[in-house]
Amino acid sequence: MRSNLWSFVLVLIFVVSLLVVAIPDIRLLKPGEGDFVREGFRMGLDLQGGTRLVLEADLSQIGDESPDNAMKGAMRVIQDRVNAYGVSEAVIQRKGDKELIVELPGVKNLDEAVNLIGQTAQMEFKEPKRDDSGKIIENEKREVAEWIPAKGILDGKEVALTGSFLKRTNQVVLDPNTNAPVVRFEWDKDGGQLFEQITGRLIGLPLGIFLDGRLVSDPTVNGVIKESGIITGLTLNEARLLAIQLNAGSLPVPLKVVRPKSIGPSLGKDSLQKSLTAGELGFILVLLFMVAYYRFSGVVAGLSLLYYGLLVLAIFKLFPVTLTLAGIAGFIVSLGMAVDANVLVFERMKEELRKGRTLRAAVDRGFSRAWAAVRDSNVTTFIACIILYWFGSRADEPAIMGFAITLFIGVAVSMFSAMVVTRSLLRLVLTTPLRRRASWFKV
Amino acid sequence: MNLVRKKLVYFYFILSGLVILIGIGSLVAPSGLKLGIEFSSGSTLSLDFTENVTQDELRQELSTLGYEAVIRNLEGEAYIITLPVITIEEKKQLEEALTQRLGELEELDFDTISPAISKDIGRQASIAILVASVGILLYVAWAFRRLPSPFKWGSCAIVALVHDVLIVLGTFSILGRLFNIQIDALFVTAALAIVGYSVNNTVVVFDRLRENLLLEGSHNLAQTFNRSIVETLGRCLNTSLTTIFALLALLFFGGITTHNFILALTIGVTVGTFSSIFIAPSLLLTWERGLK
Repeated sequence: MRSNLWSFVLVLIFVVSLLVVAIPDIRLLKPGEGDFVREGFRMGLDLQGGTRLVLEADLSQIGDESPDNAMKGAMRVIQDRVNAYGVSEAVIQRKGDKELIVELPGVKNLDEAVNLIGQTAQMEFKEPKRDDSGKIIENEKREVAEWIPAKGILDGKEVALTGSFLKRTNQVVLDPNTNAPVVRFEWDKDGGQLFEQITGRLIGLPLGIFLDGRLVSDPTVNGVIKESGIITGLTLNEARLLAIQLNAGSLPVPLKVVRPKSIGPSLGKDSLQKSLTAGELGFILVLLFMVAYYRFSGVVAGLSLLYYGLLVLAIFKLFPVTLTLAGIAGFIVSLGMAVDANVLVFERMKEELRKGRTLRAAVDRGFSRAWAAVRDSNVTTFIACIILYWFGSRADEPAIMGFAITLFIGVAVSMFSAMVVTRSLLRLVLTTPLRRRASWFKV
Repeated sequence: MNLVRKKLVYFYFILSGLVILIGIGSLVAPSGLKLGIEFSSGSTLSLDFTENVTQDELRQELSTLGYEAVIRNLEGEAYIITLPVITIEEKKQLEEALTQRLGELEELDFDTISPAISKDIGRQASIAILVASVGILLYVAWAFRRLPSPFKWGSCAIVALVHDVLIVLGTFSILGRLFNIQIDALFVTAALAIVGYSVNNTVVVFDRLRENLLLEGSHNLAQTFNRSIVETLGRCLNTSLTTIFALLALLFFGGITTHNFILALTIGVTVGTFSSIFIAPSLLLTWERGLK
């Protein structure tokens, strides 16, 4: 009898610590008052709202660099840009050989997200092509016919001036004369040398500033400049993005957005509240059913179900599992399935009691003989979950992965809670005078 | 109570047969399944209007703007619009135009899937279904390895599974016609989960059947079958009922985004329970009798 008490005490201690981990704030239990994010649950994009981009890299022009390095470089650049943009908890993942998935919680403007991340941000400085007499060759519209890379001599070698010579100190300032937003940049040592040579050569001529092959502005050079300069002709938002991009550096490979997706915050919030309400209702229904059908054993099963819920929540939090709507649905469905193991055991117990065994013997035999059935009946769900998780990750559907993972955890924990917790509780009950009331167990 | 009386067995077969036939009828008729953008490529745009906007008004405005769209009501004034692939720029223009004509709107979500990606998702789904099918065949072969004729028993279990999937597919085909409900990646998920859930119910019933056949011999087949079903009824019904309770709570009180997914699961678990208890053993009994 003593060991029963001890195992119960152990379970109790475990429950209390779970409670502390899973629900430090009791308000969580009341829909509408708790804040799951603040409580440390990792929420999927469909619950928080935000932007999700799948980008495909064009690896055809990386030369000698390994594709792996190029992709890692691209991820670093994106991380820098996202940080500078002010997104907390962005997720940047690789998918396959040449795809990246970027999730930006809270970012509503899809357009801006695409610009921020998708732009290579390769800045080039170019000069107009001139004829032998030094005159600019113009097209019919009297524009510069052709821009050629502006080069200078560095350590005896001819080098083109690009954004890679910029210091990471670019910032948006307002032009004191026009009040228009401009990006102010500074050259590093090499860049300064090149810029000095180039501006010295181009006095009175335009200097073309190109971003990803597009002419952003072409100011006329008024004098030799060495350290810094400004880029004009941008809107405030464009200027802000450009400064972020120049500071983060250009992407080592061009990226193309292949699947843009944006999720508004209201839909997820609404669905989360409703799902939680549904979960509580489902829990109560399952509980009522168990008590109505299995009487006192049902109460014990209900307690272990409560314990099951806590343990699953604690695992979600510690792992952490990213919660999505489909994942929460998986959790709630697994709640219904969780009693499966209890049902198997109780049905066995019933049979044993009918054979005329004592309650105590029926409990022990019920558990030991139901184990094979419990194990077998969950195998297929486990297999299905593994296949689904694989499918979800290949098809790039976080919802499917979420469902598979929560269902898997739910079913695994339910086996544990039924076989260990329910048994420990029932055994404890059997040390009390209740054991003489076999009818309470209505079996 | 004899659950496998001839009359009842015919009733199970006719009931299931009818439901499946209607479903197949809807499936083979033109545009039997409305595929979601995951499989057919395109863009979905969910909009919530402040003012009263009916589905017809929205369709009218969209066609004036040159869009052939499939529209489904989410709830209230919120609609999910399925379009051919549009760019972010086109989406912005469309929203501006709709705001001008129908009043203020809030974008709930937007997703675009190019033909290349949808083809890839389709391929992954096929692989998943294939792997799952092979896995189930292996599981059934393993679970029934000690049975007198694994092939016969296994076939009945597989027929019961196909029965479940056909009914869910047929129902969604009809729902697609009525409410523009689409077959998306989550539907495939639901189908696979249903199969995983349903197969072990059948295995439980058959397992008990095997035990009882070993004990009693096969001189009174119907009685042994009936006893086995009755003995496992409690377990099968109870676990299914609790799962269905949880599902119903989600269906009626849960969020709209997972509604169709939950609907597929609810139908699948219900039908799967029915087939495990009534169809699979009845089939096996009929087969055993017919061959004797």
